[in-house]
Amino acid sequence: MAINILMVFFALYFMVSFAALGFGLLFLLKEGFPDQDPFVLANKYIFYWVIGDLLMRFFLQKLPVMSVKPLLTLPIKRSTVVNYVLGKSALSFFNFLPLFAIIPFSIMLIRDGYASPMILTWMFTMIILVLIINFLNFIIESFSAESEFSFLPILVIVSVLIGLNYFEILPLTTLLGNGLIAVANNSIFILIPVLILIICYAFNFKLLRGKLFLDSSLQSKVSEVNASDLSWTRRFGDISPFMQLDLKLIWRNKRTKSMAMMMLFGIFYGLFFYTQKQFLEMEFMFAFVGIFSTGIFLINFGQFIPAWDSGYYKLLMSQNIKYEQYLRSKIILMTISVIVIFILGIPYVYFGYKILIAHFAAAVYNIGVNTHVILLGGAYNRKKIDLDKKAAFNYQGTGAVQWLIGIPLMLLPMAMFGLTNWLVGFEAAVALLIILGVLGIVFHKKLMKWIVKKFLNSKYKMIDAFSQDN
Amino acid sequence: MIYTKNLTKSFKGTTVLNIDELAIPKGQSFGLVGNNGAGKTTYFSLLLDLIKPTTGNITNHDVVVDESEDWKPFTSSFIDESFLIGYLTPEEYFYFIGELRGQNKADVDALLSNFEDFFNGEIIGRRKYLRDLSKGNQKKAGIVAALIGNPEVIILDEPFANLDPTTQIRLKQIIKDLAKQKGITVLVSSHDLMHVTEVCERIVVLEKGNVVKDLETNPATLKELEAHFGSSVLLAQEEE
Repeated sequence: MAINILMVFFALYFMVSFAALGFGLLFLLKEGFPDQDPFVLANKYIFYWVIGDLLMRFFLQKLPVMSVKPLLTLPIKRSTVVNYVLGKSALSFFNFLPLFAIIPFSIMLIRDGYASPMILTWMFTMIILVLIINFLNFIIESFSAESEFSFLPILVIVSVLIGLNYFEILPLTTLLGNGLIAVANNSIFILIPVLILIICYAFNFKLLRGKLFLDSSLQSKVSEVNASDLSWTRRFGDISPFMQLDLKLIWRNKRTKSMAMMMLFGIFYGLFFYTQKQFLEMEFMFAFVGIFSTGIFLINFGQFIPAWDSGYYKLLMSQNIKYEQYLRSKIILMTISVIVIFILGIPYVYFGYKILIAHFAAAVYNIGVNTHVILLGGAYNRKKIDLDKKAAFNYQGTGAVQWLIGIPLMLLPMAMFGLTNWLVGFEAAVALLIILGVLGIVFHKKLMKWIVKKFLNSKYKMIDAFSQDN
Repeated sequence: MIYTKNLTKSFKGTTVLNIDELAIPKGQSFGLVGNNGAGKTTYFSLLLDLIKPTTGNITNHDVVVDESEDWKPFTSSFIDESFLIGYLTPEEYFYFIGELRGQNKADVDALLSNFEDFFNGEIIGRRKYLRDLSKGNQKKAGIVAALIGNPEVIILDEPFANLDPTTQIRLKQIIKDLAKQKGITVLVSSHDLMHVTEVCERIVVLEKGNVVKDLETNPATLKELEAHFGSSVLLAQEEE
């Protein structure tokens, strides 16, 4: 419920910002570049907007989920089902959001004296472009569903496009900009984007229709077992069986596997910031990057504890296990991930020793505080995760909510760090995070007792929630 | 001894189980029969503390199951597929359960060697994950896993469903052998009256959450049960 409110808040925020952009863009461009035509200039940047939109959709937008099997035996044409799903996706929030910028901008242009037929044609072309991005995203998502590392296709596509453009092998910014202006000037050319849209739709149609045959979902792929030697976990004593189970969980299920791959992203995350001068002066950003990059596995894995085990939760609850051991295994895994990412991130010292110190403080904070916070959140987890089956059309099973949960885990330490840094100094800010982290480690046993109690209290509710079929 | 006293369970105001008193002595093989919704799985879930009783409680070897966890070391169960871990191979699953129940690999292997016939070569050494096995084979793995660690109380919900005829016969033998061992209490539920009368010393019939019959198994029991369940069909026909 709280999350829904937050989502609505975010949606409203974006709608307002887009509308503000739409109304304000003309003035901004006129002021910034008085000797250039603002309309031509705006079109030059459409390429970057397309890339941004594509990235955002990939991580946040999903095809409407639908259980298809029961429909297949009913007298409904397969094409109707596919058209319905695709049609529904066109009504997504992500397609309406750009309108809040496009329409006000068009109005402002017409008021400014641009020929209204030209601007109207441009406006419709942009709407078609939005829909093209919509369907293009689902094509990319369907490919990433096939690949082991689900973020690979989008990263490859986006970096190839940016590379082609940047090195001027294929100047996409100007091509797209000139293309849009050409369509605006001669409305018959609008047929070209329409044609592209139809091709994208048809391709999606083909992909989905192929998935709609009963045998493709009945015929389960039998995967060969990849067994690895996990005897090194013995040194962790009584929690070793759970650690082995967790490692197998991560390695043998697609969803958890791509989550583990995110650790790579965490290691390189700092490069986005530290390669830019202006961030090197913002010391509070060091803490944020440190928390996020060393905690990327912690946040992604931790927030679904104990839902990862929801498929066999009844078994665990009827066996002779101690909650404390079960949870400690997860804490140790998360701790290992934090340490590994921190060590691999040591080369960041190249950008300044302060970065390394801040990352160290962030890592200690992650180990001492965030591990416990996220487990505590897990005690209120009531959502089942189906590791075996993938809902038809549901390519990733993750959505915007997953990213929102990380906010308190990251923003709180960042705020504390930033505030202390500003009021007292860098050393004090680092010390604060380290002290909090060490306190968490020292009081680990006490904290665990308290968390275990929370888990025990919600035992029946969890069992009930995990045995519901969504 | 498993002792049930004043046990009721209600979901949203509807009482689905209501047992005043039920004592299952140690070592008995106990069968629970009844139509869908009679409360069999509800009773087993209460016995495993997976749901909370509305009133009353169950005592398993002097341990009140919803107050202490001390019944867990000597109790094991297979209720449904949610007792399996899909991404493990059967062997890994058996060893995992073994570790939870204080058995090392050799102990587990020794136990498994008794079930080669039952597995029929379809479980061990196939290098397949449990999630990729057929329903019947999954069930075989789950049932055998419930026998790991010398449990004194074994709870099996619908163990015969989904099994092929050969395996059903073998399973009956396994349950009979267990019952012969001193001190093992086996609780089985089933829709199949014939199987349950064959393997159980005592049969309790549940109807809409109430115990309506409590029979010591003898050659006439099957007839009696068939008459009982058949009569409700006759009654329904008469009402029409």
